[in-house]
Amino acid sequence: MRYLARRIGFYMLTAWAAITLNFLIPRFMPGNPVELLISHFKGRMSPAAVKSLGALFGISHQGMLSQYASYWSNLFHGNLGISFTYFPSSVTSIVLAALPWTLVLVGVATIISFVLGTVAGVVVGARRGSWLDITLPISTFFSAIPYFWFALVILYFLAVVVNWFPLSGGYGAVDVIGWNWPFLLSAAYHSVLPAITIIVTSIAGWLLGMRNMMVVTLDEDYIILAEAKGLSKARINFLYAARNAILPSLASFALSLGFVVSGAILVEIVFSYPGIGYVLFAAVNNDDYPLMQGVFLIITLAVLLANIVADVFYVLLDPRTRQGA
Amino acid sequence: MENVTTPRRRRSLWSRLSWLHSWKISTGLGIVGFFVLMAIFGPLIARYNPSATGNAMIVAPSGAHWLGTTQSGQDVFAQLVIGSRPTLIVAFVSATVATIVSVAVGLAGGYLGGVSDELLSVLSNIFLVIPALPLVIVLAGYLPNKGDISVMLVIALTGWAWGARVIRAQTLSIRRRDFIEAARAVGESTPRILFWEILPNETAIVTASFLFTVIFAVLTAAGLAFLGLANVSEWSWGTMLYWAQNDSALQSGAWWWFVPPGLCIALLGTGLSMMNFGFDEIMNPRLRSTGRPKTKRKGRSPVVLAELTRANASDGTEFTTVRTATSELDGS
Repeated sequence: MRYLARRIGFYMLTAWAAITLNFLIPRFMPGNPVELLISHFKGRMSPAAVKSLGALFGISHQGMLSQYASYWSNLFHGNLGISFTYFPSSVTSIVLAALPWTLVLVGVATIISFVLGTVAGVVVGARRGSWLDITLPISTFFSAIPYFWFALVILYFLAVVVNWFPLSGGYGAVDVIGWNWPFLLSAAYHSVLPAITIIVTSIAGWLLGMRNMMVVTLDEDYIILAEAKGLSKARINFLYAARNAILPSLASFALSLGFVVSGAILVEIVFSYPGIGYVLFAAVNNDDYPLMQGVFLIITLAVLLANIVADVFYVLLDPRTRQGA
Repeated sequence: MENVTTPRRRRSLWSRLSWLHSWKISTGLGIVGFFVLMAIFGPLIARYNPSATGNAMIVAPSGAHWLGTTQSGQDVFAQLVIGSRPTLIVAFVSATVATIVSVAVGLAGGYLGGVSDELLSVLSNIFLVIPALPLVIVLAGYLPNKGDISVMLVIALTGWAWGARVIRAQTLSIRRRDFIEAARAVGESTPRILFWEILPNETAIVTASFLFTVIFAVLTAAGLAFLGLANVSEWSWGTMLYWAQNDSALQSGAWWWFVPPGLCIALLGTGLSMMNFGFDEIMNPRLRSTGRPKTKRKGRSPVVLAELTRANASDGTEFTTVRTATSELDGS
């Protein structure tokens, strides 16, 4: 449990660092574009909104410390400022509306890709030196593909050339968002191509990592003992080797998830998928700094939460972490 | 390990470059070299001005236009060839800067230990966990001019952490070796120990982290350009994709417009990763795909082999020790 407590402590620290970074960036980057934008919207914004934007982006004339304090108090009230793109909606409401799309898409795709990649890695690692090694150069190639480019290619072949899948969007034009079957089916249908893109481009990383750990683990003495006992190959591979080889894979989940989320942002843009990546794209195109920073903050916090979940699994799987080392 | 039986003095150039024997390294080097040549001699082989518009719009690949033309009749092949130079420069320069930072942070943290090490490793872990692209996007969004230099700085700022962590781990293990203790006892200065005693022993791992960072930089720079956050009036593989997306290459069916740049990025990345895997296998021989360990065991007693494996396992990167150990064995 001490292990878990330490990890959670680290994630809290990271969250603090990300929030502070978010506070510092607009204050230390040259020029202050937000000031310009506020003067553009002058008269259309309530004084309270101008004040909170000032607190968030450093346009007040207070000292740094009191700015920092009012920044935190804004955050605790869930106030991330007002979006210029979707004026006068608040950043929080826009981000919260987009978040479920990304969570479901990236979450489901990552789990599928992790499971498939890990199982494939076990098989390829167990048969080192056989024809299965052909998967190594192939998966190397796939891991070097830019996510958004693969999205373009798959979109071209499966939506433009043969009309199997919709070109863009997250649901049909006639659907009403909510818990009704037509909407859910349409949403699932629209998410097939983005999900395939994320799975195909991220699976190679899991496969290669797991394969390498399998190769190393299969050399251990206890594997030789298991072979000597005459246990079946499948039993050795999955119940003896894979159980230990999967630990580093899970431990590096943190690192990999950052990559996947980064890639997923660009994938959403290609598919005009109504998730958080697309919101970020709109924010970038319109110089909407409050929205940009709100999205960055939410993405980072979501990644941290996912990492805590991965660490809980790690503790469940690795008894050494539970002995309070 | 193959050359251990040959006496050191008579080793030819070929055997001295033994790391080239790995087909992964040589293939990877070939691919990367191809693109480097393309970047150097691009203007000589481009045949067209990449920005020159023409009357032949959205033309499929032909003898006149090897990779077809864009919406405004620009030659895609010319854009691809000319665009290789900025792509490679941005990638290699930002990776170099990032690697210098990783080496500095990794060496300092690993060697000095204590509070500074704690702080530095927490810092690099934080940078590892924060998803890079959103941070890069926010930073690039604030930049007043979106030139190559600012893109490189932003990428370097977000790409150093992985290397720093690996180098720190390696430094930690080398720090306790006898020859470092000896150097300290002799009274060598800390910078000298760091850069003359420790760093040369980390060449392989620094190379690996550099190659990894180049891949990261290529992908990130392409992503930034695709979002329009780079200088889109300059030709690079990323800006080609940006224009292809903006001028709806997809809807007009111009696959020859957006497929080549992405394919080049993927191929370059493949070449770099293959080199990386090659180095990985040198550092950690157990990863080699050819020959199962059982067949390798011929002629050596299992005990010795287990010792060797353990030497590898405890520290896969220190392949020189393993090599001398094997040569002594073979000689006996």
